[in-house]
Amino acid sequence: MNKSAFIRARKRILGTNEKMGILPLAVILMLLIGIGFVFIYPILYMMVNSILSPDELADVSVNWVPREIYWGNYRKAIETLDFFTSFLNSVLMSAGPTVLQVTVTSFIGFGLARFRIKGKTLWMVLIISTFLIPDQVTKIPRYVLYHSYGILNTILPSYLPAVLGQGLKSAIFILIYYQFFASYPKALDEAAEIDGCSRFRIFYQIALPTAVPATVLSAVASFVWYWNETSQSTMFFGEKIKTLPMQLGIFTDRYTALYGAADALNEVDRLNEAVTLAGTFLSILPLLLLYLILQRKFMQSVEMTGIAGE
Amino acid sequence: MKNKRHLSFAAREQLAGYAFLAPWIIGFLTVTLYPVLYSVAMSFSAVKITGSSIKLSWRGLYYYDQALNVDPGFTIDLGKTLFFIFCFTPVIVVLSLIVSVLLNNKFRGRGIFRAIYFFPVIIMSGPVISTLLSKYTVSFSDAIPQIYEFLNSLPDTLKSPSVYILDNIILIMWFSGVQILIFLAGLQKINPNLYEAAAIDGAGTWEKFWKITLPHTKTLAVICTLYTIIDLANYSNNAVNQRITTRIFDDAGRIYSLSSAMSWIVFIVIMLIIGAVWLLFYLFSREKSK
Repeated sequence: MNKSAFIRARKRILGTNEKMGILPLAVILMLLIGIGFVFIYPILYMMVNSILSPDELADVSVNWVPREIYWGNYRKAIETLDFFTSFLNSVLMSAGPTVLQVTVTSFIGFGLARFRIKGKTLWMVLIISTFLIPDQVTKIPRYVLYHSYGILNTILPSYLPAVLGQGLKSAIFILIYYQFFASYPKALDEAAEIDGCSRFRIFYQIALPTAVPATVLSAVASFVWYWNETSQSTMFFGEKIKTLPMQLGIFTDRYTALYGAADALNEVDRLNEAVTLAGTFLSILPLLLLYLILQRKFMQSVEMTGIAGE
Repeated sequence: MKNKRHLSFAAREQLAGYAFLAPWIIGFLTVTLYPVLYSVAMSFSAVKITGSSIKLSWRGLYYYDQALNVDPGFTIDLGKTLFFIFCFTPVIVVLSLIVSVLLNNKFRGRGIFRAIYFFPVIIMSGPVISTLLSKYTVSFSDAIPQIYEFLNSLPDTLKSPSVYILDNIILIMWFSGVQILIFLAGLQKINPNLYEAAAIDGAGTWEKFWKITLPHTKTLAVICTLYTIIDLANYSNNAVNQRITTRIFDDAGRIYSLSSAMSWIVFIVIMLIIGAVWLLFYLFSREKSK
């Protein structure tokens, strides 16, 4: 073997500065696949087991590959979750607050980043401190407060804080926007101002359109957090408006109410693992679909925004 | 209108800035500050509900005493939660750093991996986690018993955290989504010229990681650590938060007050930890720059 062929082979295996070789790539892929498998193992487990029929569930020989797809679990789960109503409720209680929260936090972030206001440090400290105080500290007083406003069991306990920049993890979004607006060139603003543009118009016609990455990032994160929040929302509007995750939280009780107590029933109707997993899967399915559609855009936004301040 | 023209530029700047900040200030006063103060008040007073009105009567530190000395499980659960935070935080931070460094390499299909690794954030929620993790996932102890045999032979101070971590490895990973994103976004910002210059000087991948990548992630690591501690402390399914929730409607006439006192004790402890972490980082970075 001549020397140049050897060097070429070495380059392909170990890689050069510009291009990664086969060996490092293999190591990276192995690590990523290994860790990634543990990451999504519960999801795979959930998907497979949710289509097992009661017979197969009892059959020890069926482990990962079911003999047939059994949709019965999903039929029961849809009914138990009251899927379509709960789904619409979930959308109502996630999309609305998300739009409001993202709009308002971008507004606030712009104000903090672009104007030399007195006491800015104080406001920043206060904003961060709202993130530090855990929800369970303020849960009961909020309940009392909303009770005195007379807005319990309406959409307002979720919408009102969102529109005032006090929604779920609002502080994070304010900081994301703050960072974004602080880092883009001020010359644009100044030019517009000389042309007689009002500050508010500068915000929504010049600043906001440049902040698309920050907006995508905030909107997705906000939507997901609102969708998954149960502990406060159950208390504030859970009696009237039941979202999918809330229904999942009371899945066993609902199932028993619909189909009867677990041990009194025959094998087919009994609440089993497969039905519960089908319910779990259904409750996160909308988020999964949303994420699959938006994930490329989302990842780009992460790269362009940088969530943490440097 | 005329008045406005007389305002100086600086004053107008102030006005405009506060106009943008106004929603937050109003919101802070109406829906955030009041509940916080009210919660403090409740932790120091007995709460009496008559009809639709609530009466508070001052009891001093009574409920704090109840929480710390009388309630049988509170201190135990607080300890459990702190153990949970101490075990999880370092693993989460290191794991998310490793994963983000791996994901930051340029290769085909990394988009798919990124999508997978951010999955947990999407589906993280109380009910989903409790269904998935409490009953239905196999613990690794069944899969690889040798690891447990090895760990059991270790002294107790090493054994219990490592067994705990291994038992909860999936949960740990599921808490690292945001942290991976923070690191990944930060890694993207490192100037590629640095790596090129290092390569020209003969640095290998290993050296580049230790000399360039790692120093650049220092601030990010602190942010991740603090975020993780807060995230874990606020996680509604951790032992102490579950206890607080069950104590809200305490039947022994301590309704609201006891749970408020407990929440504030936890809050103070967590703030002390955060302060300590921050101080450590501060001292450490000052030492370095000398």
